[in-house]
Amino acid sequence: MELGKKHKDINGFIFINLVRLMFAFLVGLLLLIIGIIAVNGYPVMSLDFLISSPANNMTEGGIGPAIFGTIAVTFFMVLLAVPLGVSAAIFLSEYAKESIYTKIIRTSINNLAGVPSIVFGLFGLGFFVLFIGKNLDEVLQTGLLFGQPALLWAAATLAVLVLPIVIVSTLEALNSVPKSHRDAAIGLGATKWQTIRDIVFPQAKPGILTGTILAISRGVGETAPILFLGCAFFLPNLPVADLCIGDYCIPMINPTEQFMYLAYHIFILSTQSANPTKTLPLQYGSTLVLILLTILLNITAIIFRYRFRKALGRN
Amino acid sequence: MKELKISVKNLYLKYGEKTALDDISMDITSKQVTAFIGPSGCGKSTFLRVLNRMNDLIDNCSITGEVLIDGIDIYDKNLDVVNLRKRIGMVFQKSNLFPKTIFENIVFGPRLNGVNDKNTLNEIVEKTCRQAAIWDEVKDRLNEPALSLSGGQQQRLCIARALAVEPDILLMDEPASALDPISTAKIEELIHELKKNYTIVIVTHNMQQAARVSDYTAFFYMGKLIEIDKTTRIFTKPSVKQTEDYITGRFG
Ligand SMILES: Nc1ncnc2c1ncn2[C@@H]1O[C@H](COP(=O)(O)OP(=O)(O)OP(=O)(O)O)[C@@H](O)[C@H]1O
Ligand SMILES: [Mg+2]
Repeated sequence: MELGKKHKDINGFIFINLVRLMFAFLVGLLLLIIGIIAVNGYPVMSLDFLISSPANNMTEGGIGPAIFGTIAVTFFMVLLAVPLGVSAAIFLSEYAKESIYTKIIRTSINNLAGVPSIVFGLFGLGFFVLFIGKNLDEVLQTGLLFGQPALLWAAATLAVLVLPIVIVSTLEALNSVPKSHRDAAIGLGATKWQTIRDIVFPQAKPGILTGTILAISRGVGETAPILFLGCAFFLPNLPVADLCIGDYCIPMINPTEQFMYLAYHIFILSTQSANPTKTLPLQYGSTLVLILLTILLNITAIIFRYRFRKALGRN
Repeated sequence: MKELKISVKNLYLKYGEKTALDDISMDITSKQVTAFIGPSGCGKSTFLRVLNRMNDLIDNCSITGEVLIDGIDIYDKNLDVVNLRKRIGMVFQKSNLFPKTIFENIVFGPRLNGVNDKNTLNEIVEKTCRQAAIWDEVKDRLNEPALSLSGGQQQRLCIARALAVEPDILLMDEPASALDPISTAKIEELIHELKKNYTIVIVTHNMQQAARVSDYTAFFYMGKLIEIDKTTRIFTKPSVKQTEDYITGRFG
């Protein structure tokens, strides 16, 4: 064998460079999209744009209520999805014995992640609004309070949508806790629950947090699932009600109200407004805010994941 | 007069269809060191885990036979496994400290038992660290991450952690196999010291170590207990040919 001569691998050379080219193309495309949005959206960006209401038939003003609605919906979504998803994952990975049923459940969770989001919207309308909401109204004698599209049901629907993300990332986080740590705890006389609570869960927490952030960033970007669930074109008032205890009143998010949503707002600005060309700067501005929000959430998730892996001594 | 601590009778253990322990009967004497030797895969660890019911955690593991500790059947349906494990400390081959501080590692067991008083916990930490001959090395860094210690220190900390639940039996699965000679010597010294108060069972692949630290030695082969006797006897004139072959390195 000649050690001095370098072997030429023509096919490998072509392949690698093809991949490089495609990669560069994709990154370029992404940067182009973000760039166009940033350049066009930047001029309307101001504090006022972020907090004020749309005005003059949606052709002026800001996106304050849409941001508020997005945060409110996401807040309730997290409140519903995280406890449910985390408990489901803990049950699946720590308690359920491997069987045909757990296999079916795992497969279902993965399939759930592949269901088109509009289907979730219809499901939410049928299940949460018409079934749960209507029946709640009947049982509680509240007239028409819960049996209509509202913030709460939109959040619940999005919660179902992001549930697989929460479950899968929690499962991954639980699995990454070494068996030797569980053995150590059990060997010291910890019960199964104590082991999970004191040893497994604390180590899995950053992974669960990462999953939660990814779930939020997914939920924030969705439009289709909430179309039928109380997402409003324009609302003069925020979905807020005063919660009074005696004389003290604090404004609280009212989950039975309709709401505005950033992603939906972009949709209506561009398709439903009387004059789409006039709203163009606003569209760019709203999109820029949404994209920045998503990027920010994802970067936070990546940092968490990185720290988490490093803390566990892996890469 | 030597007291009987653990008594095993006709123990069989299967992983699914595979027999891992085949009709084991043995007595383990109180406050003595018993070493388990035998080739890899012969069931030493499995047998050690039988003694504190760690095999309960393995789904397809089934056990028949009797294990008495202080005359009590530990596989009795009414027995509280968690309390049993509190009476039996276990040290594993690879140190498995929690990613917590040195202090928190040691007090994990006592905390489970409801000890929360800061002074009491401090006393426990000092006492067990002294017992495990690591106090001088950790006393100034109790709040540092336990994983920042060296391998040998980690293993001694594992011993301290096991001692903190005040067991009367200590099970050690190759506690020194990943350590350098100095750390190994420290652990062996420690075993000598601990023998005064604890019944110790140690698995080891190191014949010299077995000879040095143990009073009794049990030789396992392919899931069977070939023989158990005084260590001096096993290493000078064992009664079974297989044992002699193994000890002198003719197979294994
Ligand atoms: N969880 C398990 N499931 C199935 N089989 C197992 C399991 N644990 C151990 N075994 C099998 O049981 C036998 C005994 O294993 P054990 O770990 O007790 O051996 P050992 O004597 O400790 O070996 P070593 O010296 O290598 O640690 C081996 O054949 C092993 O493959
Ligand atoms: Mg072993």
